[in-house]
Amino acid sequence: MSEQSYPPVTQLAMASLALIVAGGIYLSSHLPQHVPLAPAVVLLALSALLLAANLIALARVRGFAWDRFFQVAKWSFLAYVAIGGMIEYVFLRNHLSGGPLVVLTLSLVVFSVHVPTLVGFTVARYYQPEELPAAHAEA
Amino acid sequence: MTDLALTEPIVEREEEAPAHPPIEIPDFEIVPRVGLVLAAVVMALVIAAIAVNKLWPLEFFHVAGGAAWTILDLFLGLVLGPIMGAMPPPSRVQFTTRLMPKMVVIMPVVVTMTLAAGWQLSTKLGTNLTSYPNHGWVVASFIVVGVMSVIALGLLEPANIAVLIELKKPRPRPEVIERLMKRFIFSAGILGVMQVATLVIMTKLASS
Repeated sequence: MSEQSYPPVTQLAMASLALIVAGGIYLSSHLPQHVPLAPAVVLLALSALLLAANLIALARVRGFAWDRFFQVAKWSFLAYVAIGGMIEYVFLRNHLSGGPLVVLTLSLVVFSVHVPTLVGFTVARYYQPEELPAAHAEA
Repeated sequence: MTDLALTEPIVEREEEAPAHPPIEIPDFEIVPRVGLVLAAVVMALVIAAIAVNKLWPLEFFHVAGGAAWTILDLFLGLVLGPIMGAMPPPSRVQFTTRLMPKMVVIMPVVVTMTLAAGWQLSTKLGTNLTSYPNHGWVVASFIVVGVMSVIALGLLEPANIAVLIELKKPRPRPEVIERLMKRFIFSAGILGVMQVATLVIMTKLASS
């Protein structure tokens, strides 16, 4: 299968998700004790950096099927915002507040952006130029 | 039903006599609309269960969701996966277009229902506190679920959606479908094995 080379979007996204999962486990495994937030903040920051790196790397890919990417990613984003919103509701229902709430909410934001990015990428990478609407319009 | 031909042997077919008839792809919805309605109903019920914070509804959603999640992963990864891998391509396409749209809706709902109800249940019972005698086992369950989530979200779910979208194209590429299906079955197999760890942890917690 002849295929354009792509940046390691899947690997970076999985690493990013693993970091926020690790941060979440770190915070939740110490309840109800107050633990230093620094490790969770560092994990979240690294995860957000990987998300940014992934988006930048993807933006530099020539001829990427962006319309297909957004077509899939927007619906996936809607689904993961609903899932993230439900998890956030559980946090608020249990009176989580302060630093842990901020860290976990931002982790959900990274999660809700990175998973749709990955789904959109996995679909769009297998689109060939002749399959895109622009190519049909020009033909 | 709209039938489409797979394109893999097209070049060969034009040059040689076709050895096999073209693979027919049935018409299907990538995300079944009826499934979305059912998913919304289940999610609303889970939110209501969390809001009222009563033991029975929380236990129901956590146990029912967890059982469904575990059985689906075990069955898909260790039973259906190898069967699908051994199927001839036409049968696999027929099976995939019927199974995978349902999985797109079922799995996120089952996972969210299990985890959201489970966290609320553990908060109500105090089993997520460090003072709980089996706290180590609870943390082990967080780790197992965390690893499974990364595999499911990073590998399985994107492959599931991508293979369905590939099958919706006028000329789907068999090599792409093959690659994505391998990824899906491989991920499902890992998740199936990891669900054994979940069973060990949950039965230990329930019997202590």
